[in-house]
Amino acid sequence: MTTDVAHDHDHHDDHGPEKGIKRWIFATNHKDIGTMYLLFSLAMFMIGGFMAMIIRLELFQPGLQFIDPGFYNSMVTMHALIMVFGAVMPATVGLANWMVPLMIGAPDMALPRMNNWSFWLLPVAFTILISTLFMPGGAPAAGWTMYPPIVLQTGPAFPFMVLAVHVMGVSSIMGSINIIVTVLNMRTPGMSMLKMPLFVWTWLITAYLLILAIPVLAGAVTMLLTDHYAATSFFNAAGGGDPVMFQHIFWFFGHPEVYIMILPAFGIVSEIIPTFARKKLFGYSSMVYATASIAFLSFIVWAHHMFTVGMPLAGELFFMFSTMMIAVPTGVKVFNWVATMWKGSMTFETPMLFALAFVFLFTIGGFSGLMLAITPVDFQYHDTYFVVAHFHYVLVPGAVFAIMAGVYYWLPKWTGNKLNETQGKWHFWVAAISINVTFFPQHFLGLAGMPRRIPDYAVQFTDFNVISSIGAFAFGLSNLMFIYNIWANARGGEKATDRVWDGARGLEWTLPSPAPYHSFETPPEMELDDEAEWESSRYAEPSSS
Amino acid sequence: MLKHRFGRRFASIVASLLAAPAALADWELNMPRGVTQITNEVYDLHMLIFWICVVIGIGVFGVMFYSIVFHTKKKNPNPAKFSHSTAAEVIWTAIPIVILVAMAFPAAKTLVAIEDAGNPDMTVKVTGYQWKWHYEYLEEDVEFFSSLASDSNMARQLGSAVDPASVDNYLLDVDNPLVVPVNTKVRILLTANDVIHAWWVPELSGKRDAIPGFVNQLWFSADKTGTYRGQCAELCGYDHGFMPIVVIVKEEADYLAWLGEQGVEDPSRFARKNLNQDTEAVAVEAAAR
Repeated sequence: MTTDVAHDHDHHDDHGPEKGIKRWIFATNHKDIGTMYLLFSLAMFMIGGFMAMIIRLELFQPGLQFIDPGFYNSMVTMHALIMVFGAVMPATVGLANWMVPLMIGAPDMALPRMNNWSFWLLPVAFTILISTLFMPGGAPAAGWTMYPPIVLQTGPAFPFMVLAVHVMGVSSIMGSINIIVTVLNMRTPGMSMLKMPLFVWTWLITAYLLILAIPVLAGAVTMLLTDHYAATSFFNAAGGGDPVMFQHIFWFFGHPEVYIMILPAFGIVSEIIPTFARKKLFGYSSMVYATASIAFLSFIVWAHHMFTVGMPLAGELFFMFSTMMIAVPTGVKVFNWVATMWKGSMTFETPMLFALAFVFLFTIGGFSGLMLAITPVDFQYHDTYFVVAHFHYVLVPGAVFAIMAGVYYWLPKWTGNKLNETQGKWHFWVAAISINVTFFPQHFLGLAGMPRRIPDYAVQFTDFNVISSIGAFAFGLSNLMFIYNIWANARGGEKATDRVWDGARGLEWTLPSPAPYHSFETPPEMELDDEAEWESSRYAEPSSS
Repeated sequence: MLKHRFGRRFASIVASLLAAPAALADWELNMPRGVTQITNEVYDLHMLIFWICVVIGIGVFGVMFYSIVFHTKKKNPNPAKFSHSTAAEVIWTAIPIVILVAMAFPAAKTLVAIEDAGNPDMTVKVTGYQWKWHYEYLEEDVEFFSSLASDSNMARQLGSAVDPASVDNYLLDVDNPLVVPVNTKVRILLTANDVIHAWWVPELSGKRDAIPGFVNQLWFSADKTGTYRGQCAELCGYDHGFMPIVVIVKEEADYLAWLGEQGVEDPSRFARKNLNQDTEAVAVEAAAR
């Protein structure tokens, strides 16, 4: 069926996908691999989310009701590892796989077989990681930050955790190389760097961040491994090492990692807001420069995650000032999004609702981030629920909402069916309300002094924990609506037009919906006049369907 | 049997949830001011940056929601065509820089004060263990371990039938609290025996990590007597949530009496100097210089 539609439109004598399981195991098609990435990340999102439900269940009331502290620590650790490396990162890679070739007018990713390999490493890595739950001594419980010496107390799960991190890292690096090669070499003629869609730009920069940051993590966990098994003392003071050095190395990876998760989200939102405001993105080039500035700054702010380790005053001042600087390019982005909406002609379909919630709630996370940058106050905020609230605001209604926005935005292009707006809006409102009920009270808990990563708490923290848990259960359930909506849309519905959204601009919308299995076998035309009237499209008009 | 226990537990949770608003009405929203000059300065910085964020937030979200309400397809069918404005972009790059620079000065000033742990009146060496604290008064012959109080410890066991609300200072009470005198610059030297811990009593100071093989320091000088509670603030393993910190700040005379109870017959130069009772010790100290 799908292939027939493709033939109707493209008249290439391309072949369709292989039949059966081989299509997926030997997949080299960017759309198939993108789909697998997205489904994999959805599965991990549900597993990591289930762990969050266990955490919130135990924290629903003071006292230990359901799980012991060791298992609680494992849940905290595994929830973070799975969400960061299994849910958010593969979801953005999946979107990149699907959309980057379509947006730049390329027939596929530049390195399709490596693409296959980088995807299939992920199930391997997460099978290893999740299997640690069933090992004697339990899953890793030292936090996703894996600080020594505590992480060296991990039982037999320890080498498996390190191996899983390595395999994830190899997958990420190969995925990044693929994206860089594709973007730099396979743009359609006429698409200069500064005419690339913002999503392509943010992913290009993200890919460089990954290549620079992931090997640092790999080095850090390898040193943990040799400290554990080969009697080295990289992080052991008794042997002349320094446990704080691990934290420096980890966060040299870890802070860019934060932007690895959020920059693609910036890109998605920068695609969606102009579409539904029916107005060109405000300040395109300043968006690009702001993204690049954020990427650069992300490498010189790492120690703000560890102000309390006892750094020299000069170090604390440097990292405070550099961290505050991030507010400037981030502010430029937010102002640009708002200016894009200004005097636009807005409608509020599901993707736009998620994108608007992103701008609003990510900015709240940005504000608490600015507060955390102030070192003397960070000594109070650090390792409390205030930090938990902060990073969940930037990661859940931040990165995750942007990914959901992207999925809803491009879903009709993937399936060929229009989005059911009623279902989508139900999902949005339940998710948006419950996420705030979950995480907003955690600011108060942190300020009142509740440390993070504790399975039980003093009774004065009860009320806000009850509220937070109720919100978390509601948010957990709202994701079933997300899955249902995707499933329902894939099964059928009103046929979508090529353009799908009437304000949508860009090469991906010139293709039929669903996008044919092989697209852009010859480079598409692109209007060269960037300043052309917005309503007459920056790029080629889509063929009518 | 299991099902039965589960049901009972669930019933007790529901019951305590219903009772919660009355019994545990403690909707603390903000950071405590604390009882030292530094914690007060930190509180002020916290409120300053908070209000800066609120003002910026009102501005940005105000424009955004105005746009959401008025710049819709219905009310504004013809979208504007502009897509950049150098003036606007320069302004909204410059203003945040000015605000940040203005914020950096008071923040740096307080940070410098926090890091000035010199010339303390007394020093306590604190060692983190899995999962308790060890306190050693360096000028006195006093040292002891400080662990979670036994009633909290009983109540916190998995499946204990004890209602945490019935325990005084649940999880925030210890067997042997740290005792220090009021209006005294107390330097805390921090280290750990096994893994990294963090010592934190919000009303006395910010937190600082206790790292095995290294010595960190923090200091505080409490303005008010009282009992101040905190917790370990760095994930340190199985019972990380169960190694609280209690500091009792006493008048100097009471502190000396407490030292006496600990078997210190001859309090150190510091303790006497502070009371200005023993001129001899002061003279000895002067001679030593």
